[in-house]
Amino acid sequence: MRTFLFLLEKEFKQILRNRIILAMIIALPTIQLAILPHAATYEIRHINLAVVDNDHSTFSSKLTGKLSASRYFNLVSAGTSYEEALALVEDGVAHLILEIPPHFEKELRLLGKTQLMIAVDAVDGTMGSIGSSYLNQIIQDFSMRLLADGEIAYPTEIGLQTRTEVIPQYRYNTQLDYKTYMVPGILVMLLTLVGGILAALNIVSEKEQGTLEQINVSPAPKQFYLLAKVIPFWIIGLLTLGIGLLIARFMYGIVLAGSLLTLYAFAAVYVVAFTGFGLLISVSSKTQQQSMFIAFFFLLIFFLMGGLFTPISSMPYWAQVITWFNPTAYLIDVVRLIVMKGSGFADLLPQFFCICGFAVVFNVWAIFGYDKTA
Amino acid sequence: MTPDMPAVIQVENLTKRFGDFTAVDHISFEVRKGEIFGFLGANGAGKTTAMRMLCGLSHPTEGHGTVAGFDIARQQEAIKKNIGYMSQKFSLYNDLKVWENIRLFAGIYGMKPKQIAAKTDALLKRLGFMAEKNTFVEKLPLGWKQKLAFSVAIFHEPQIVFLDEPTGGVDPITRRQFWELIYEAVEQGITVFVTTHYMDEAEYCDRVSIMVDGRIEALDSPRELKQQMNARSMDEVFRQLARKAQRSAD
Amino acid sequence: MKQFWAFVKKEFLHIFRDRQTILILLLMPVVQVLLFGFAITTDIQNTSVVVLDECKTAESRALLNEIGSGRYFDIVQYIESDRDIDAIFKKGKVKIAIVIPQDWSRLTGSYQEAPLQLIIDASNPNEASILTGYLQSIAAQFGGAEPLINVETRMLYNPQLKSAYTFVPGVIGLVLMLICTLMTSVSIVREKETGTMEVLLVSPSKPLYIIFSKTIPYFVIALINIVTIILLSMFVFGVPIRGSIALLFGVSITYIFASLGLGLLISTISQTQQIAMIISLMGLMLPTVLLAGLLFPIENMPLPLQWFSTIVPATWFIDMTKAIMIKGLGIGLIWKQWLILLGMTVLFIGISVKRFKIRLS
Repeated sequence: MRTFLFLLEKEFKQILRNRIILAMIIALPTIQLAILPHAATYEIRHINLAVVDNDHSTFSSKLTGKLSASRYFNLVSAGTSYEEALALVEDGVAHLILEIPPHFEKELRLLGKTQLMIAVDAVDGTMGSIGSSYLNQIIQDFSMRLLADGEIAYPTEIGLQTRTEVIPQYRYNTQLDYKTYMVPGILVMLLTLVGGILAALNIVSEKEQGTLEQINVSPAPKQFYLLAKVIPFWIIGLLTLGIGLLIARFMYGIVLAGSLLTLYAFAAVYVVAFTGFGLLISVSSKTQQQSMFIAFFFLLIFFLMGGLFTPISSMPYWAQVITWFNPTAYLIDVVRLIVMKGSGFADLLPQFFCICGFAVVFNVWAIFGYDKTA
Repeated sequence: MTPDMPAVIQVENLTKRFGDFTAVDHISFEVRKGEIFGFLGANGAGKTTAMRMLCGLSHPTEGHGTVAGFDIARQQEAIKKNIGYMSQKFSLYNDLKVWENIRLFAGIYGMKPKQIAAKTDALLKRLGFMAEKNTFVEKLPLGWKQKLAFSVAIFHEPQIVFLDEPTGGVDPITRRQFWELIYEAVEQGITVFVTTHYMDEAEYCDRVSIMVDGRIEALDSPRELKQQMNARSMDEVFRQLARKAQRSAD
Repeated sequence: MKQFWAFVKKEFLHIFRDRQTILILLLMPVVQVLLFGFAITTDIQNTSVVVLDECKTAESRALLNEIGSGRYFDIVQYIESDRDIDAIFKKGKVKIAIVIPQDWSRLTGSYQEAPLQLIIDASNPNEASILTGYLQSIAAQFGGAEPLINVETRMLYNPQLKSAYTFVPGVIGLVLMLICTLMTSVSIVREKETGTMEVLLVSPSKPLYIIFSKTIPYFVIALINIVTIILLSMFVFGVPIRGSIALLFGVSITYIFASLGLGLLISTISQTQQIAMIISLMGLMLPTVLLAGLLFPIENMPLPLQWFSTIVPATWFIDMTKAIMIKGLGIGLIWKQWLILLGMTVLFIGISVKRFKIRLS
């Protein structure tokens, strides 16, 4: 036991003297939280739209006006033909084209129905589908307005039918702010980077410097040696989370809906899990270059398959099965639930046991993977 | 030399293979208590591999042996409690201070903090390092680092200390000082097992073994060896034996 | 020149002896393309919903049937009171509660509008508004109603909205950056750290040869990766190359040089491997993933970030690759971007050679 305390003392001294690590603890949360939520957004605003108006009527200019007033769209100098607008798309100036056919107003007034054409630059699939669906909603809204204002009459053949109106009531993120959604995910990213990357580089750097051999030839039990490495990272991780939460509070006004204690309970186990993961990589690599590359490879998978950027529920079933083995996926889910919805510990028990499982597996594996007699 | 002292290292047919390559090929020898045992050989002859097996850093492929009374194949952790080790790659922590390194390694070997503190000051005074107590090891000159590393390796008073080319890259004067430290250790009753390729150092050993291509080709006191081979210096002895080598150093 | 090739050979041996790393270097792009292509999709379907049906008529059941039978929604539970909703949301599986009021079916068929209440977990606002849109269109068409304005939507270039079309160019950009910049800088700094660089530098060979020889193996691996990614995306995901392959390779090679140049630059300013890694990761990987239009459209970002994205080389590369592969544009429409990238390349290599020479003298 005394051996362990000596090892722990050493790890703390080394970490506190390592300027890179200290800089990371401060800089990582600040930079990531300051920039990421603004960059990582699927919130569509000011998407460039080219309108080709072949009708030049009151209705068509009303529609154009409504579109340019919307915060979703940004009207770019619309050409006079579809071909001209298409050239704008090729140049990347416009992403959407709305073509209003001739007789648009006339048909609406006389027949009570007409059509429009939208063309979407779908190279970016998300932007394409979201952009076109917003555009569609505005157009339908526009037509309902015309009806309500009595500008056009109810068409006779559908006169007896009633429309079912959908009244959405948004909960938890009532402002529909994408940043509020991203910030909890980024907190998880911070915890993962601290545990994963820093720990992955740690033992292997002792290997490269030759100090590990001096430890290997001593009677220090390997589980003590690894545990002494986990603890400082654990404290750093929880500290980083605290800084992150403060930044979230003051920069984005995100107030924790649930309990801080619950959040920390999860974070505490998660950092242990990921430090174990990092140490596992570290003991199985020969050089820092190798271990960093392996760490990066897995972290990328953990994040992409963790629901950070795209929802897991949209993934195909086999991919969802893979996410069951991804500790990051559980924590991203949990942190969002606690921060935004205020879910309690009892709601999250299954996730808690899963993360505990990962913590045990990774650390035990690291202990077995670390062979003092190579 | 102390022929009637008990053996602290006994090795029989010790072998290590990496795939097709036999790094250490059926070596057998004994090292007696209080002896300075020189383990000589060209680069790539298998010295370090053999030594790593004795220290419990590597499993033998074949053969058996004991170090400090413990089996090298099965009781590695028990061996580690009873030995000190200094590798050819300098292996103290650069980002820890002199006293912190001593405290760490002494602590790992189970010494108590008070005991460590007292002994640290005594050691640093003896070495004339007191002024450097709070210096980061990184800042020390190489010769000092090596003396410090050796002192750390025997700080916990092990039965045997293993030194793997301890004086690589330092000037003759520092090497001479280093050997004085080794003699002091022997006076305390510590057995010294040292690999080297400086032949003048071989003269300082009680007995030397010379490894060529993974096998021990000669084993005796330097004087006996010189006589047997009709050589004037250990250097000549070594060159005569090494001429037979098939392997090239990498 | 002979010495140069001797060094190149040494570097190749170093890299290819390390089986684990070479495996990851070659495998990583494959895994990334497969993941991005198959798993990373923003297409939302099979969302779990709960229903509070206070109406309980044949008509309300018909509406629910309509909602549940599509590919967007799965009705997982019928609840009795709206007080349960919050507890269900807190477990995190269910995203929407549909409430059909008691008088809903009485209102249908009248001239009034019949309201349908949706309670949505808007944690992910994007998902929430898309789901609302889906339900609105199901409700609007319920009972055979037709919209006044029929909108015909044409998806240009990517009619099936495959995510692979979006991600493949980005993945190429990311992988090349990882291998060329990160690996090169770290491997050079490593020789600095272990002191072997000094040994090489005092040898009679030209120092610049030594440095350039370290970049060649990564250049080769990068080329192999491009071919792998393109073949995978063509044959597994059916991503076309509509433009010229020669142009695509020309652009890619320019980008590889830019990345290698950056790697050299980083190696001249870092003293330790860890510093090189952190500069590469923080300064390059994150901007490449987040700001270069790989995952998120640059147009949505605040202006300062948009400005910043113009100094990220990957922004220009991804833009050009999309233009060549997906839109089939020729050199006439992308020469500006190419010139910018070329300028960056010259700049990076120029600065690092200069810095390297200063260090030697």
